[in-house]
Amino acid sequence: MRELILTRANHQVDPVLHVWGWEIPVYLFLGGWVAGMMILSGFFVLQGRHRERRCSCLLTPWLGLVLLSLGMFALFLDLEHKRYTWRLYTTFEVASPMSWGAWILVLVYPALAASILVQPPEWLTERFAVADRVSAWVTARAGVVHGIALANVALGIALGIYTGILLSALGARPLWSSAMLGPLFLLSGLSSAAAFVHLVARNVHERVLLARADNLFLAAELVAILLFLIGLATSTDVHKQAAALLLGGSYTAAFWVGVVGLGIVVPLVVQSLAVRRRIRHTPVAPLLVIAGGLALRFVIVYAGQESRWAGLLSDLVARFA
Amino acid sequence: MDCVVACKTENQVPEGFNRDWIAYETRGAFPTPSMEIRTERCNHCDAPPCVACCPTGASHVETFGRIVLVAPEMCIGCKACLASCPYDARFVHPEGYADKCTFCVHRVKEGLDPACVAVCPTWCMHFGDLDDPASEVSRLLASRKGHALLPAAGTEPRIFYLD
Repeated sequence: MRELILTRANHQVDPVLHVWGWEIPVYLFLGGWVAGMMILSGFFVLQGRHRERRCSCLLTPWLGLVLLSLGMFALFLDLEHKRYTWRLYTTFEVASPMSWGAWILVLVYPALAASILVQPPEWLTERFAVADRVSAWVTARAGVVHGIALANVALGIALGIYTGILLSALGARPLWSSAMLGPLFLLSGLSSAAAFVHLVARNVHERVLLARADNLFLAAELVAILLFLIGLATSTDVHKQAAALLLGGSYTAAFWVGVVGLGIVVPLVVQSLAVRRRIRHTPVAPLLVIAGGLALRFVIVYAGQESRWAGLLSDLVARFA
Repeated sequence: MDCVVACKTENQVPEGFNRDWIAYETRGAFPTPSMEIRTERCNHCDAPPCVACCPTGASHVETFGRIVLVAPEMCIGCKACLASCPYDARFVHPEGYADKCTFCVHRVKEGLDPACVAVCPTWCMHFGDLDDPASEVSRLLASRKGHALLPAAGTEPRIFYLD
């Protein structure tokens, strides 16, 4: 028997940590989604497909700017000392993933803006003649276009992985103590981005290509989830307790039904049938993938905060002579 | 609880929050249960994860005594440090910055003990320089058995409980 009674009852800390509400999962999701869009649009530009007027790479850069800004706004809402936000940019703390993220975002914005100029949408060039002139200058130089595409792919990978590392660097929460969170969130961002392009693509070839790519990302995501759980379940007792939150504990239904079932397995099956032309492409599967990506962030952020080191007798006390 | 009250008074800790607290831990079963009543706070770790994760440098290790402190005017209130602490020793001050035990650094710099240590009616708490082998705390740790909390979390805590 072990009973631990504390006289402490600090807001957001007791009885279980809950410092991050909806804002952080939304920010992590939107960041990962935009990261996936950057990688896909960079890939399309490298293929030279930006010359096609119906390429989704015309849509994703400026939409990425909007979504990322929404994510940044959610992050801003979460900050408790908002008037000091500028302090993020007075230093670079090499050991802090959040500091890395702040500076990565400084690079992501111009990369997305440059990506827009590779093939600006008509509504932009009609309103701003300068955008048309700059775009003409950019597209006349294959090396510049190539560099912008590569920068988007590289920064997209960095942004996607960062959203997972942000959590996994916080070792006091055993559920997050996994290097798999970075790749998992990157894959989830890629699958959400592929699902979105699948959803809006006006080009049949692109729609099928993205459905196939999304199936690949979803399958890889399942493997990443499996490795994430195996890593925790074969580690120390506190990590096993953390994994138990998803394996029989309070987040089991949300994780297996919402994230894995409806967010990955069902759309994977539906899209597999669609690419084999057994059924038509519908918005159902892509929408489920995007909702599943959001659910993944909510479950991991919320369950992770409930996991803790202090809950275990064997680790509570260690003797020294 | 005198240590808790002294801390709140000395540091004007806001209502509803605690920088230090009491833990009552009961272990084992009849006929050999054991109970430990201890006062807990920030462990001022030698490998503080709250300092490592801080994106602005607001959480820092003070040169004086290697005490872990927060500079409120640099803190953005991101709460990463709260999530990084295995002892859950931090909280968000109502004004928005991360707050925690300072070991009453303002008193220690004047040669005084932290308020919690100074008021303890049973003299069960001792404060001093662990780097000085001749200090009272170093001699106590060398001569008696004791334990730290959650050493497996890897933060190298610097508060020890004598058995």
